[in-house]
Amino acid sequence: MLKVRDLKFDYRKREVLKEIEFDMRPGEILTILGPNGVGKTTLLRCINTILSPKSGTIMVQGEDVLTLPKIEVAKRMGYVPQHTQTSRLTAFDAILLGRKPHIGWGIRDHDLHIVKKVMLDMDLEELAMRYIDEMSGGEIQKISLARALVQEPKILLLDEPTSNLDLKNQLSILRTLRDVVKKDHISAVLTMHDINLALRYSDRFILIKDGEVFSHGGHEIITPDNIGEIYGVPVAVESVRGQQMVVPI
Amino acid sequence: MTNAGSDEMDDDRGSLDLSREYKKYVGRKISFITVTSLLLIVIFMCSLSVGNAHLPIGEIINTLLGRPSDIKYAHTLIWELRLPRAIAAIVAGVSLSLSGAVLQSVLRNPLGSPYTLGISHAAAFGATLSILAASRGVFGTVFDHAYSITISAFAFSLISTFTLLAIAKYKSATPEVLILAGVALGSLLTAATMFLQYFADDTELPEIIFWTFGDLGRASWQSIQIMTLITAVVTAYFIHNRWNYNAMDAGDEIAKGLGVHVDRVRLLGMLMASLATAAAVAFLGVIGFVGLVCPHIARRFVGDDQRFLLPASGVVGALLMLAADTAARIIIAPYVLPVGIITAFMGAPLFLFLLVRGCKH
Repeated sequence: MLKVRDLKFDYRKREVLKEIEFDMRPGEILTILGPNGVGKTTLLRCINTILSPKSGTIMVQGEDVLTLPKIEVAKRMGYVPQHTQTSRLTAFDAILLGRKPHIGWGIRDHDLHIVKKVMLDMDLEELAMRYIDEMSGGEIQKISLARALVQEPKILLLDEPTSNLDLKNQLSILRTLRDVVKKDHISAVLTMHDINLALRYSDRFILIKDGEVFSHGGHEIITPDNIGEIYGVPVAVESVRGQQMVVPI
Repeated sequence: MTNAGSDEMDDDRGSLDLSREYKKYVGRKISFITVTSLLLIVIFMCSLSVGNAHLPIGEIINTLLGRPSDIKYAHTLIWELRLPRAIAAIVAGVSLSLSGAVLQSVLRNPLGSPYTLGISHAAAFGATLSILAASRGVFGTVFDHAYSITISAFAFSLISTFTLLAIAKYKSATPEVLILAGVALGSLLTAATMFLQYFADDTELPEIIFWTFGDLGRASWQSIQIMTLITAVVTAYFIHNRWNYNAMDAGDEIAKGLGVHVDRVRLLGMLMASLATAAAVAFLGVIGFVGLVCPHIARRFVGDDQRFLLPASGVVGALLMLAADTAARIIIAPYVLPVGIITAFMGAPLFLFLLVRGCKH
């Protein structure tokens, strides 16, 4: 589904990302873990071609997105940034905006149908006619995810989707994400600071240290040694009610 | 995700209500645009009718259709005096207001207007320079005086725009850089204009000052043709980009994620807005406030969705300009006030009223 090879990115001659490589299969959630400033968001932006990498390839279903026009990239990948600006738009229109890469001159019924379907799937129909500049952080985050979903992407990229959300909303947005990823057979790449939340919802992980992939794999790579190494904090990994948990010690 | 086959299923899940509600909501926005357009037609007829000599509506229609009229001078009054004024008001209103709406969006700043980029200041400097040069015989008899003012005002507007765009290109086109550069450029040009005014004599100074009061009486059919052409091209460009502006309102990151070339759309939006403003200001003089306030008035009624905001801003701009000019001609008749004074007098209280009332739907 997604194949990243030899991805390098420099910012003002400083190497931010060095030879990042990983693969993803459909129906998977992958979380990028690493301390602040290690280049997690930069990596997401490079994958989405918002930033141009210095070298490397990013293959989505066999096509290198770095060679595609921006509009074609937007048909294959949806990006949910950490912050969204609100304007005087209804939730329906804000989500409809996600159809932009597919819209020619005017909106077709098909576009409206997809927006309605995603809103119903995500239980957002109650919000449809409310203005987003009057909404809570949790609601806005859901609208952002819905906007990315109506792009009908193969790959979803989410930058800190749970920051600024309360516990209930954190669980709710990640549960929604997991359901969509499994049902539509797409892939999602996340960045997250909350390791325990990541452990609960992700299938695989990339641990990044000094701009390189330190470790890449499933739950088995979340070991005290690995986590201690990348964050510089001693931790224990324990099981609470069958759920793997990382506890600083 | 979904395909055409599953679309029918959606309606079974109670989304009919959603469709109906959404259509109603879109309908409300379209009715605002329709009602203001109808109002514009009414004021258009009024503006042709009122003045020193009152013309009945029947006579106006006859004259416009080229039929003979019973009233002496009706043809001259309409075709040479009132119609050019009214059309100039509509065209300038549309171009200033649309430019303001787009600048507010691409610069992500509610204070965005043709003023923010220093375009009007540049035009005023160009006009001042030309008035001084002409009165001191620099052009000889090569140029018609009125033309030289227009050309100079237009040229300086474009020079200032391109300077701004060059700075933006060099320094990366963030809205903050653009606004601050525009304000700095505007101040520089204002200082240069004041410098020239200081050396102007008693006949030149009133001409310079008077030029800065926007006046629709300057509109000739030829200048209207040029303004209309530029406004039409710019309007088509803005409408074509309505989804891009919507995406940018959600933030640059989201817009880029949706495949929008954010920097290019921002710079071209500024260039087009500058062009439209420069044309209006060069022919008519400085008309403030319309570009700033009309988009906000429209926003209060139709929201920020550019699909509706752009047409609504255009119509509101035309309406305010035409109403202001009609008022300017009758308030202290037979004297005609410069329209720029009236636009501020009418627009500011209306805007304050809407701000306080909080009518946002």
